Amino acid sequence: MRSHEKWVQGILFILATTAVLTVLAITFFIFSEGLPIMVDRGVTGFIGSTRWEPLSGSFGILGMIIGTIQITLGAIALGVPVGLACAVYLAEIADRRLEKILRPGIELLAGIPSVVYGFFGLSVVVPFLREHFPGNGFSILAGSIILAIMILPTVVNISENSIRSVPGDYRSASLALGASHWQTILRVILPAARSGIAASVILGMGRAIGETMAVIMVTGNVTKVAGSIFDPARTLTGNIAIEMGYAAGEHREALFATGVILFLIIMVLNFSTTRFSRKAGDVK
Amino acid sequence: MTGKNLTQSAAFLALRAAAIITLAVLFIIIIYIMSNGLRHINTSFFLQGPTSMGRDGGIAPFIVSTLYVSAVSLVIAAPVGIGSALYLSEYSKGGLPVRIIRFCTETLAGIPSIIFGLFGFVFFVVSLGMGWSVLSGGLTLACMVLPTIIKTSEEAIKTVPDTYREGSMALGATKWQTIVKVVLPVSVPGIITGIILSIGRAVGETAAVILTAGSSLRAPVSITDPGRTMSVHLYVLTMEGISNEKAFATAAVLILFVLGINYAANKTATFIRRKV
Repeated sequence: MRSHEKWVQGILFILATTAVLTVLAITFFIFSEGLPIMVDRGVTGFIGSTRWEPLSGSFGILGMIIGTIQITLGAIALGVPVGLACAVYLAEIADRRLEKILRPGIELLAGIPSVVYGFFGLSVVVPFLREHFPGNGFSILAGSIILAIMILPTVVNISENSIRSVPGDYRSASLALGASHWQTILRVILPAARSGIAASVILGMGRAIGETMAVIMVTGNVTKVAGSIFDPARTLTGNIAIEMGYAAGEHREALFATGVILFLIIMVLNFSTTRFSRKAGDVK
Repeated sequence: MTGKNLTQSAAFLALRAAAIITLAVLFIIIIYIMSNGLRHINTSFFLQGPTSMGRDGGIAPFIVSTLYVSAVSLVIAAPVGIGSALYLSEYSKGGLPVRIIRFCTETLAGIPSIIFGLFGFVFFVVSLGMGWSVLSGGLTLACMVLPTIIKTSEEAIKTVPDTYREGSMALGATKWQTIVKVVLPVSVPGIITGIILSIGRAVGETAAVILTAGSSLRAPVSITDPGRTMSVHLYVLTMEGISNEKAFATAAVLILFVLGINYAANKTATFIRRKV
């Protein structure tokens, strides 16, 4: 009987290490495919250059890094205020009726496939921008609008959790001092929940940076660096997804190298969220 | 005093507006796609194969591919994920190995799907020689949904009161017997919720699948055949400008599917709440 128990424990431990092995395998394969060309071109030729011309052997991804940053900042600027407001609304003042629709609604937003968001962006947002603003609609702004919607569930859920984890005493003390409910939210509850809110913004950022299909479908994917939000742009993810189908040799290595940069950015963001969540834990 | 109340009313109005905007965006997306898509859906759309690259005909082979790839991913990810959750919640005594496992699970959840696609392509498709196939796509998706299954299963297992375990052990059951006969049956609805959510992710995924399962127009028969999922089909239809009508219809089917998934997940969740 005892040996049988030992076997079970051993097997379950092996299953539990799958996640670790997967992360290691992903890291190994992406780096081993992408690093050679990065070393060959050096930092200036790869990260420091905006020239992406696979046919002539130029693989500068600075333009895509800038594009990714521009689109992500736009998504954060549009999505975070709305998401945070929703979170405060749900945690503090929601009336039952609206809450009952809003919660499943946000779940549904999280469940809609990114290709459907992209399709919606292509058939609604892009034509709208084309009609009312300069440019042909495929733009940074279109990407930011679609991504803003896509990161809402992340921002709302994590912010709401951190707002709810602020101790009730804080609220009672503030109210007892004569502060209004809004003053309490603004001066006591939000500051106390700031680590969790920061974590939600960073996670939202990670989602926006990593999103591929929806972005490809609405941003135009031009490798030239955009001068305005109405110009088209290409992201790191877009670069990989668009060209992977026909790339070979050095070109393919360069796409894996793009993946290496993307992977590193996401890892840095993940590390900083764990730091923020740990801090958020201290509040409790 | 009135100033203070006025500010509060204005602020609360703005918060309510944000909530309404969020709902409005959701409804606009769903209604827009449904109203343009549903009228192009009929039984032959579900039962027929595509003709002229998808300009005419239906999506039957893509439904088959979608179900096939998702099934393969879950057959792999569910046992591994539930096993991991059992180890983490029932056996582990904390310490460094557990911290590493947890950290990697978190990391896995944050890795973008296109990176999974690149990995699946170079590992399953090229190195292991599986080619663009249902198997490569399913394995790649299994890696992607693993964190979801681990997390939801762990939460479900945690809700089982310790008194249940103690009662079972006191009756002379071993730890494994307790897990199989007591812990797992009680946490099944929660575990199922996680699996349902994973199906939703697998069906909606595009970037990772297009690089690993391919985009063949024919329905896969063997697990080593390539296949095109509905999401990939929608992407190809749109980006290559093949047919707006069929794209709307495919998007509508995907939305219907997501609605179904959410409904099922909520039903099992309510079921748990009623039981506990």
